[in-house]
Amino acid sequence: MGKYNGKVVVLDFWASPYAMRTKIALREKGVEFEVQEEDLWNKSELLLKSNPVHKKVPVLIHKDKPISESLVQVQYIDETWTDTASFFPSDPQARATARFWSDFADKTISFEGGKKIWGNTKGEEQEKGKKEFLESMKILETELGDKSYFGGETFGYVDITLVPFYSWFYALEKCGDFSVETECPKIVAWGKRCVERDSVAATLPESEKVYQQVLKLRQIFGVE
Amino acid sequence: MAEKEEVKLLGIWASPFSRRIEMALKLKGIAYDYVEESLDNKSPLLLALNPIHKKVPVLVHNGKAILESHVVLEYIDETWKHNPILPQDPYDRSKARFFAKLVDEQIFNAGFVSMTKAEQQGREDLAEQTRELITYLEKELVGKDFLGGKSVGFLDLVAGSMIPFCLERGWEGMGLQVITDDKFPEYKRWVKNLEKVESVTDCIPPKEKHIEHMNFMVGRFRSS
Repeated sequence: MGKYNGKVVVLDFWASPYAMRTKIALREKGVEFEVQEEDLWNKSELLLKSNPVHKKVPVLIHKDKPISESLVQVQYIDETWTDTASFFPSDPQARATARFWSDFADKTISFEGGKKIWGNTKGEEQEKGKKEFLESMKILETELGDKSYFGGETFGYVDITLVPFYSWFYALEKCGDFSVETECPKIVAWGKRCVERDSVAATLPESEKVYQQVLKLRQIFGVE
Repeated sequence: MAEKEEVKLLGIWASPFSRRIEMALKLKGIAYDYVEESLDNKSPLLLALNPIHKKVPVLVHNGKAILESHVVLEYIDETWKHNPILPQDPYDRSKARFFAKLVDEQIFNAGFVSMTKAEQQGREDLAEQTRELITYLEKELVGKDFLGGKSVGFLDLVAGSMIPFCLERGWEGMGLQVITDDKFPEYKRWVKNLEKVESVTDCIPPKEKHIEHMNFMVGRFRSS
Protein backbone atom coordinates (compact mmCIF):
# COMPACT_ATOMS: atom_id res chain seq x y z
CA MET A 1 0.00 0.00 0.00
CA GLY A 2 1.51 3.30 -1.09
CA LYS A 3 2.28 5.43 1.97
CA TYR A 4 -0.03 8.43 2.26
CA ASN A 5 1.86 11.33 0.81
CA GLY A 6 -0.72 14.03 0.15
CA LYS A 7 -3.99 14.14 -1.79
CA VAL A 8 -3.95 12.71 -5.31
CA VAL A 9 -6.56 13.62 -7.93
CA VAL A 10 -6.74 12.48 -11.54
CA LEU A 11 -8.70 14.56 -14.03
CA ASP A 12 -9.95 11.74 -16.20
CA PHE A 13 -12.00 10.53 -19.11
CA TRP A 14 -12.90 6.85 -18.81
CA ALA A 15 -12.09 5.96 -22.43
CA SER A 16 -8.83 7.90 -22.67
CA PRO A 17 -5.93 5.48 -23.08
CA TYR A 18 -3.64 8.23 -21.80
CA ALA A 19 -5.56 8.61 -18.55
CA MET A 20 -5.51 4.81 -18.20
CA ARG A 21 -1.71 4.90 -18.05
CA THR A 22 -1.78 7.21 -15.05
CA LYS A 23 -4.46 5.25 -13.19
CA ILE A 24 -2.64 1.96 -13.80
CA ALA A 25 0.57 3.48 -12.46
CA LEU A 26 -1.15 4.76 -9.30
CA ARG A 27 -2.86 1.39 -8.74
CA GLU A 28 0.40 -0.49 -9.26
CA LYS A 29 1.87 1.60 -6.46
CA GLY A 30 -1.18 1.12 -4.24
CA VAL A 31 -1.77 4.89 -4.08
CA GLU A 32 -5.26 6.08 -3.16
CA PHE A 33 -6.61 8.71 -5.52
CA GLU A 34 -9.77 10.58 -6.46
CA VAL A 35 -11.03 10.54 -10.01
CA GLN A 36 -12.75 13.58 -11.46
CA GLU A 37 -14.48 12.53 -14.67
CA GLU A 38 -14.36 15.26 -17.30
CA ASP A 39 -16.81 15.99 -20.09
CA LEU A 40 -14.40 16.62 -22.94
CA TRP A 41 -16.98 18.79 -24.68
CA ASN A 42 -17.43 20.90 -21.57
CA LYS A 43 -14.12 20.97 -19.75
CA SER A 44 -14.07 21.98 -16.09
CA GLU A 45 -12.46 25.16 -14.78
CA LEU A 46 -10.04 22.99 -12.85
CA LEU A 47 -8.90 21.21 -16.01
CA LEU A 48 -8.45 24.44 -17.96
CA LYS A 49 -6.55 25.97 -15.04
CA SER A 50 -4.41 22.87 -14.35
CA ASN A 51 -3.42 22.23 -17.96
CA PRO A 52 -3.59 25.62 -19.66
CA VAL A 53 -1.08 24.59 -22.33
CA HIS A 54 -2.93 21.57 -23.75
CA LYS A 55 -6.29 21.60 -21.90
CA LYS A 56 -6.28 17.79 -22.00
CA VAL A 57 -6.77 14.82 -19.72
CA PRO A 58 -5.19 13.26 -17.86
CA VAL A 59 -4.00 15.77 -15.31
CA LEU A 60 -2.44 14.44 -12.12
CA ILE A 61 -2.82 16.77 -9.16
CA HIS A 62 -0.66 15.87 -6.15
CA LYS A 63 -0.74 18.11 -3.06
CA ASP A 64 -2.53 20.68 -5.26
CA LYS A 65 0.31 20.75 -7.82
CA PRO A 66 -0.76 19.77 -11.36
CA ILE A 67 1.27 17.61 -13.72
CA SER A 68 0.35 17.13 -17.38
CA GLU A 69 1.26 14.52 -20.02
CA SER A 70 0.60 10.89 -19.15
CA LEU A 71 4.16 9.57 -19.48
CA VAL A 72 5.53 12.49 -17.46
CA GLN A 73 2.94 11.55 -14.82
CA VAL A 74 3.91 7.85 -14.84
CA GLN A 75 7.56 8.77 -14.28
CA TYR A 76 6.57 11.20 -11.52
CA ILE A 77 4.53 8.45 -9.82
CA ASP A 78 7.49 6.07 -10.07
CA GLU A 79 9.87 8.63 -8.58
CA THR A 80 7.52 9.75 -5.79
CA TRP A 81 6.23 6.43 -4.41
CA THR A 82 9.43 4.50 -4.03
CA ASP A 83 8.39 2.01 -1.35
CA THR A 84 7.11 -0.34 -4.07
CA ALA A 85 8.92 -1.76 -7.08
CA SER A 86 9.98 0.71 -9.79
CA PHE A 87 8.46 0.58 -13.26
CA PHE A 88 12.02 0.73 -14.57
CA PRO A 89 14.95 -1.67 -14.30
CA SER A 90 17.91 -0.33 -12.35
CA ASP A 91 20.57 -0.59 -15.06
CA PRO A 92 20.89 2.68 -17.06
CA GLN A 93 21.13 0.85 -20.40
CA ALA A 94 17.99 -1.18 -19.69
CA ARG A 95 16.23 2.01 -18.55
CA ALA A 96 17.21 3.69 -21.83
CA THR A 97 15.79 0.73 -23.74
CA ALA A 98 12.51 1.02 -21.81
CA ARG A 99 12.34 4.77 -22.52
CA PHE A 100 13.03 4.20 -26.22
CA TRP A 101 10.28 1.59 -26.61
CA SER A 102 7.79 3.62 -24.61
CA ASP A 103 8.50 6.59 -26.88
CA PHE A 104 8.10 4.37 -29.97
CA ALA A 105 4.80 2.91 -28.72
CA ASP A 106 3.55 6.37 -27.72
CA LYS A 107 4.31 7.85 -31.14
CA THR A 108 2.99 4.97 -33.26
CA ILE A 109 0.01 3.56 -31.34
CA SER A 110 -2.11 6.60 -30.57
CA PHE A 111 -5.59 8.05 -30.50
CA GLU A 112 -4.87 9.94 -33.71
CA GLY A 113 -3.54 6.77 -35.32
CA GLY A 114 -6.64 4.87 -34.29
CA LYS A 115 -8.79 7.67 -35.68
CA LYS A 116 -7.41 6.95 -39.15
CA ILE A 117 -9.13 3.57 -38.81
CA TRP A 118 -12.42 4.38 -37.06
CA GLY A 119 -12.68 7.90 -38.47
CA ASN A 120 -12.85 6.69 -42.04
CA THR A 121 -15.16 4.37 -43.90
CA LYS A 122 -13.74 1.44 -45.87
CA GLY A 123 -11.31 2.77 -48.45
CA GLU A 124 -7.81 4.06 -49.10
CA GLU A 125 -7.51 6.25 -45.97
CA GLN A 126 -8.66 3.48 -43.68
CA GLU A 127 -6.33 0.97 -45.33
CA LYS A 128 -3.44 3.36 -44.81
CA GLY A 129 -4.38 3.68 -41.14
CA LYS A 130 -4.59 -0.08 -40.69
CA LYS A 131 -1.25 -0.61 -42.41
CA GLU A 132 0.52 1.93 -40.18
CA PHE A 133 -1.09 0.50 -37.04
CA LEU A 134 -0.17 -3.10 -37.88
CA GLU A 135 3.36 -2.29 -39.03
CA SER A 136 4.08 -0.57 -35.73
CA MET A 137 2.37 -3.29 -33.71
CA LYS A 138 4.52 -5.91 -35.46
CA ILE A 139 7.68 -4.03 -34.56
CA LEU A 140 6.49 -3.95 -30.95
CA GLU A 141 5.66 -7.65 -31.13
CA THR A 142 9.21 -8.41 -32.30
CA GLU A 143 10.56 -6.42 -29.36
CA LEU A 144 8.27 -8.29 -26.96
CA GLY A 145 9.33 -11.64 -28.38
CA ASP A 146 8.64 -14.48 -26.01
CA LYS A 147 8.96 -12.37 -22.87
CA SER A 148 6.04 -12.10 -20.47
CA TYR A 149 6.25 -8.32 -20.50
CA PHE A 150 8.30 -5.79 -22.44
CA GLY A 151 10.76 -5.50 -19.57
CA GLY A 152 11.05 -9.27 -19.15
CA GLU A 153 9.44 -10.92 -16.17
CA THR A 154 8.27 -7.66 -14.57
CA PHE A 155 5.37 -5.45 -15.67
CA GLY A 156 6.85 -2.02 -16.29
CA TYR A 157 6.98 1.31 -18.06
CA VAL A 158 6.54 0.08 -21.64
CA ASP A 159 3.66 -2.18 -20.64
CA ILE A 160 1.95 0.73 -18.87
CA THR A 161 2.47 2.89 -21.98
CA LEU A 162 0.89 0.42 -24.39
CA VAL A 163 -1.67 -1.70 -22.53
CA PRO A 164 -4.49 0.91 -22.49
CA PHE A 165 -4.76 0.53 -26.25
CA TYR A 166 -5.59 -3.15 -25.73
CA SER A 167 -9.06 -1.98 -24.68
CA TRP A 168 -9.37 -0.22 -28.03
CA PHE A 169 -8.46 -3.24 -30.21
CA TYR A 170 -12.02 -4.50 -30.52
CA ALA A 171 -13.34 -1.12 -31.65
CA LEU A 172 -10.55 -0.80 -34.24
CA GLU A 173 -11.15 -4.35 -35.44
CA LYS A 174 -14.88 -3.81 -35.89
CA CYS A 175 -14.42 -0.51 -37.72
CA GLY A 176 -11.49 -1.69 -39.82
CA ASP A 177 -12.58 -5.26 -40.41
CA PHE A 178 -9.38 -6.96 -39.30
CA SER A 179 -8.08 -9.02 -36.42
CA VAL A 180 -5.19 -7.92 -34.22
CA GLU A 181 -4.92 -11.49 -32.89
CA THR A 182 -4.39 -12.89 -36.40
CA GLU A 183 -1.74 -10.32 -37.23
CA CYS A 184 -0.05 -10.00 -33.82
CA PRO A 185 -0.90 -13.01 -31.64
CA LYS A 186 1.88 -12.38 -29.11
CA ILE A 187 0.63 -8.85 -28.50
CA VAL A 188 -2.87 -10.10 -27.80
CA ALA A 189 -1.51 -12.81 -25.49
CA TRP A 190 0.51 -10.11 -23.70
CA GLY A 191 -2.64 -7.96 -23.38
CA LYS A 192 -4.54 -10.84 -21.81
CA ARG A 193 -1.66 -11.42 -19.40
CA CYS A 194 -1.63 -7.74 -18.40
CA VAL A 195 -5.39 -7.71 -17.78
CA GLU A 196 -4.84 -10.39 -15.12
CA ARG A 197 -3.12 -7.72 -13.02
CA ASP A 198 -5.45 -5.94 -10.60
CA SER A 199 -4.24 -2.48 -11.65
CA VAL A 200 -5.00 -3.12 -15.31
CA ALA A 201 -8.29 -4.96 -14.71
CA ALA A 202 -9.52 -2.12 -12.50
CA THR A 203 -8.60 0.50 -15.11
CA LEU A 204 -9.32 -0.80 -18.61
CA PRO A 205 -12.94 -0.37 -19.68
CA GLU A 206 -14.77 -3.23 -21.40
CA SER A 207 -13.98 -3.44 -25.09
CA GLU A 208 -17.68 -3.32 -25.99
CA LYS A 209 -18.08 -0.06 -24.05
CA VAL A 210 -15.14 1.47 -25.92
CA TYR A 211 -16.68 0.32 -29.21
CA GLN A 212 -19.98 2.03 -28.33
CA GLN A 213 -18.02 5.20 -27.55
CA VAL A 214 -16.26 4.99 -30.91
CA LEU A 215 -19.62 4.61 -32.67
CA LYS A 216 -20.75 7.78 -30.88
CA LEU A 217 -17.58 9.56 -32.04
CA ARG A 218 -18.21 8.39 -35.61
CA GLN A 219 -21.64 9.97 -35.44
CA ILE A 220 -20.27 13.21 -34.02
CA PHE A 221 -17.58 13.39 -36.69
CA GLY A 222 -20.06 12.47 -39.41
CA VAL A 223 -18.33 9.29 -40.53
CA GLU A 224 -20.66 7.34 -42.73
CA MET B 1 38.91 8.84 -12.04
CA ALA B 2 40.45 8.48 -15.48
CA GLU B 3 38.88 5.21 -16.54
CA LYS B 4 38.92 4.82 -20.30
CA GLU B 5 35.36 4.44 -21.49
CA GLU B 6 34.32 3.96 -25.09
CA VAL B 7 31.94 6.81 -25.84
CA LYS B 8 31.00 7.63 -29.39
CA LEU B 9 28.43 10.10 -30.66
CA LEU B 10 26.93 9.96 -34.14
CA GLY B 11 25.60 13.42 -34.95
CA ILE B 12 24.94 16.10 -37.52
CA TRP B 13 26.50 19.55 -37.06
CA ALA B 14 23.24 21.39 -37.73
CA SER B 15 20.93 19.18 -35.70
CA PRO B 16 19.75 20.61 -32.38
CA PHE B 17 19.03 17.05 -31.26
CA SER B 18 22.65 16.00 -31.58
CA ARG B 19 24.14 19.35 -30.47
CA ARG B 20 22.37 19.06 -27.11
CA ILE B 21 24.11 15.74 -26.51
CA GLU B 22 27.49 17.31 -27.23
CA MET B 23 26.63 20.03 -24.69
CA ALA B 24 25.74 17.44 -22.06
CA LEU B 25 28.93 15.45 -22.65
CA LYS B 26 30.99 18.64 -22.38
CA LEU B 27 29.17 19.72 -19.20
CA LYS B 28 30.10 16.40 -17.62
CA GLY B 29 33.64 16.44 -19.00
CA ILE B 30 33.13 13.13 -20.81
CA ALA B 31 35.58 12.37 -23.60
CA TYR B 32 34.00 11.03 -26.75
CA ASP B 33 34.63 10.24 -30.40
CA TYR B 34 32.42 12.18 -32.77
CA VAL B 35 31.16 10.80 -36.07
CA GLU B 36 29.67 13.36 -38.44
CA GLU B 37 26.73 11.89 -40.32
CA SER B 38 25.11 13.22 -43.45
CA LEU B 39 21.35 13.47 -44.03
CA ASP B 40 21.56 12.02 -47.49
CA ASN B 41 24.30 9.50 -47.06
CA LYS B 42 23.78 7.80 -43.73
CA SER B 43 26.60 5.56 -42.67
CA PRO B 44 26.18 1.78 -42.44
CA LEU B 45 26.99 2.18 -38.74
CA LEU B 46 24.09 4.58 -38.17
CA LEU B 47 21.68 2.38 -40.10
CA ALA B 48 22.81 -0.66 -38.11
CA LEU B 49 22.56 1.09 -34.73
CA ASN B 50 19.24 2.85 -35.37
CA PRO B 51 17.40 0.74 -37.93
CA ILE B 52 13.94 1.91 -36.88
CA HIS B 53 14.38 5.69 -37.05
CA LYS B 54 17.70 5.99 -38.94
CA LYS B 55 18.37 9.25 -37.13
CA VAL B 56 20.96 11.05 -35.06
CA PRO B 57 21.89 11.37 -32.30
CA VAL B 58 23.10 7.91 -31.44
CA LEU B 59 25.27 7.53 -28.37
CA VAL B 60 27.40 4.42 -28.23
CA HIS B 61 28.68 3.54 -24.78
CA ASN B 62 30.60 0.36 -24.08
CA GLY B 63 29.31 -1.13 -27.30
CA LYS B 64 25.60 -0.40 -26.78
CA ALA B 65 23.58 2.18 -28.68
CA ILE B 66 21.30 4.69 -26.93
CA LEU B 67 18.74 6.40 -29.17
CA GLU B 68 16.42 9.46 -29.00
CA SER B 69 17.90 12.68 -27.62
CA HIS B 70 15.79 12.85 -24.41
CA VAL B 71 16.59 9.20 -23.69
CA VAL B 72 20.30 9.87 -24.29
CA LEU B 73 20.28 12.89 -21.94
CA GLU B 74 18.65 10.87 -19.15
CA TYR B 75 21.08 8.00 -19.77
CA ILE B 76 24.08 10.35 -19.56
CA ASP B 77 22.74 11.79 -16.30
CA GLU B 78 22.20 8.34 -14.76
CA THR B 79 25.56 6.98 -15.87
CA TRP B 80 27.80 9.94 -15.02
CA LYS B 81 26.27 11.30 -11.83
CA HIS B 82 28.44 14.39 -11.29
CA ASN B 83 27.15 17.80 -12.52
CA PRO B 84 23.55 16.55 -12.67
CA ILE B 85 21.40 17.97 -15.46
CA LEU B 86 17.99 16.78 -14.30
CA PRO B 87 16.60 18.33 -11.10
CA GLN B 88 16.49 16.13 -7.98
CA ASP B 89 12.90 16.78 -6.97
CA PRO B 90 10.28 14.65 -8.81
CA TYR B 91 7.95 17.62 -9.36
CA ASP B 92 10.75 19.73 -10.86
CA ARG B 93 11.74 16.76 -13.00
CA SER B 94 8.17 16.48 -14.25
CA LYS B 95 8.16 20.15 -15.25
CA ALA B 96 11.49 19.78 -17.07
CA ARG B 97 10.18 16.74 -18.97
CA PHE B 98 6.86 18.43 -19.74
CA PHE B 99 8.49 21.53 -21.20
CA ALA B 100 11.12 19.50 -23.07
CA LYS B 101 8.28 17.73 -24.86
CA LEU B 102 6.61 21.08 -25.58
CA VAL B 103 9.82 22.39 -27.16
CA ASP B 104 10.53 19.39 -29.35
CA GLU B 105 6.93 18.78 -30.39
CA GLN B 106 4.67 21.86 -30.39
CA ILE B 107 7.36 24.57 -30.64
CA PHE B 108 9.38 22.70 -33.27
CA ASN B 109 6.21 22.00 -35.27
CA ALA B 110 4.69 25.48 -35.14
CA GLY B 111 8.07 27.17 -35.24
CA PHE B 112 9.53 25.30 -38.14
CA VAL B 113 7.90 22.24 -39.69
CA SER B 114 4.50 23.86 -40.32
CA MET B 115 6.15 27.11 -41.38
CA THR B 116 8.01 25.35 -44.18
CA LYS B 117 4.73 24.28 -45.72
CA ALA B 118 2.97 27.66 -45.32
CA GLU B 119 3.02 30.91 -47.27
CA GLN B 120 3.85 34.31 -45.76
CA GLN B 121 0.52 34.93 -43.98
CA GLY B 122 0.42 31.36 -42.72
CA ARG B 123 3.94 31.81 -41.40
CA GLU B 124 2.94 34.98 -39.56
CA ASP B 125 0.07 33.08 -37.89
CA LEU B 126 2.44 30.27 -36.91
CA ALA B 127 4.91 32.83 -35.58
CA GLU B 128 2.16 34.10 -33.28
CA GLN B 129 1.39 30.53 -32.15
CA THR B 130 5.08 29.98 -31.51
CA ARG B 131 5.26 33.17 -29.44
CA GLU B 132 2.37 31.94 -27.29
CA LEU B 133 4.20 28.68 -26.66
CA ILE B 134 7.53 30.34 -25.86
CA THR B 135 5.67 32.55 -23.36
CA TYR B 136 5.34 29.46 -21.13
CA LEU B 137 9.13 29.26 -21.00
CA GLU B 138 9.34 33.02 -20.46
CA LYS B 139 7.23 32.58 -17.31
CA GLU B 140 9.43 29.70 -16.11
CA LEU B 141 12.52 31.90 -16.35
CA VAL B 142 11.33 34.62 -13.96
CA GLY B 143 13.79 34.86 -11.08
CA LYS B 144 16.11 32.21 -12.52
CA ASP B 145 19.43 32.35 -14.36
CA PHE B 146 18.61 29.19 -16.26
CA LEU B 147 15.55 26.95 -16.72
CA GLY B 148 17.43 24.50 -14.51
CA GLY B 149 17.84 27.15 -11.82
CA LYS B 150 21.35 28.30 -10.93
CA SER B 151 23.03 26.19 -13.60
CA VAL B 152 22.37 24.77 -17.05
CA GLY B 153 20.08 21.74 -16.90
CA PHE B 154 18.13 19.28 -19.05
CA LEU B 155 15.56 21.82 -20.20
CA ASP B 156 18.22 24.45 -20.96
CA LEU B 157 19.96 21.95 -23.22
CA VAL B 158 16.74 20.98 -25.02
CA ALA B 159 15.30 24.49 -25.34
CA GLY B 160 18.68 26.16 -25.88
CA SER B 161 19.79 23.87 -28.69
CA MET B 162 16.36 24.20 -30.30
CA ILE B 163 15.19 27.78 -29.99
CA PRO B 164 17.98 30.39 -29.90
CA PHE B 165 20.57 28.21 -31.63
CA CYS B 166 18.43 26.59 -34.29
CA LEU B 167 14.91 27.96 -34.82
CA GLU B 168 16.06 31.60 -34.61
CA ARG B 169 18.43 30.88 -37.46
CA GLY B 170 15.54 29.43 -39.44
CA TRP B 171 13.39 32.48 -38.71
CA GLU B 172 16.15 34.82 -39.82
CA GLY B 173 16.38 32.94 -43.08
CA MET B 174 12.60 33.18 -43.55
CA GLY B 175 12.56 36.90 -42.69
CA LEU B 176 10.37 36.37 -39.63
CA GLN B 177 10.74 38.10 -36.28
CA VAL B 178 9.29 35.65 -33.81
CA ILE B 179 11.07 36.81 -30.63
CA THR B 180 9.74 40.36 -30.61
CA ASP B 181 11.74 43.00 -28.74
CA ASP B 182 9.12 43.86 -26.12
CA LYS B 183 7.66 40.53 -25.04
CA PHE B 184 10.59 38.33 -24.11
CA PRO B 185 12.95 40.01 -21.65
CA GLU B 186 13.49 36.82 -19.63
CA TYR B 187 14.18 34.77 -22.76
CA LYS B 188 16.76 37.32 -23.93
CA ARG B 189 18.42 37.35 -20.52
CA TRP B 190 18.51 33.54 -20.56
CA VAL B 191 20.16 33.43 -23.99
CA LYS B 192 22.84 35.89 -22.75
CA ASN B 193 23.42 33.58 -19.77
CA LEU B 194 23.71 30.55 -22.06
CA GLU B 195 26.24 32.40 -24.18
CA LYS B 196 28.50 32.65 -21.12
CA VAL B 197 28.61 28.87 -20.67
CA GLU B 198 31.51 27.31 -22.56
CA SER B 199 29.96 23.83 -22.77
CA VAL B 200 27.03 25.43 -24.59
CA THR B 201 28.81 27.90 -26.84
CA ASP B 202 31.39 25.32 -27.91
CA CYS B 203 28.53 23.29 -29.35
CA ILE B 204 26.57 25.90 -31.28
CA PRO B 205 26.53 25.56 -35.08
CA PRO B 206 28.24 28.53 -36.81
CA LYS B 207 25.53 31.12 -37.49
CA GLU B 208 25.81 32.02 -41.16
CA LYS B 209 26.37 28.45 -42.26
CA HIS B 210 23.43 27.41 -40.09
CA ILE B 211 21.06 30.01 -41.58
CA GLU B 212 22.01 28.71 -45.03
CA HIS B 213 21.39 25.15 -43.88
CA MET B 214 17.99 26.03 -42.38
CA ASN B 215 16.97 27.61 -45.70
CA PHE B 216 17.96 24.40 -47.41
CA MET B 217 15.88 22.43 -44.86
CA VAL B 218 12.84 24.63 -45.57
CA GLY B 219 12.98 23.47 -49.17
CA ARG B 220 13.45 19.89 -48.09
CA PHE B 221 10.50 19.85 -45.66
CA ARG B 222 8.33 21.69 -48.17
CA SER B 223 8.77 19.09 -50.82
CA SER B 224 8.37 16.11 -48.49
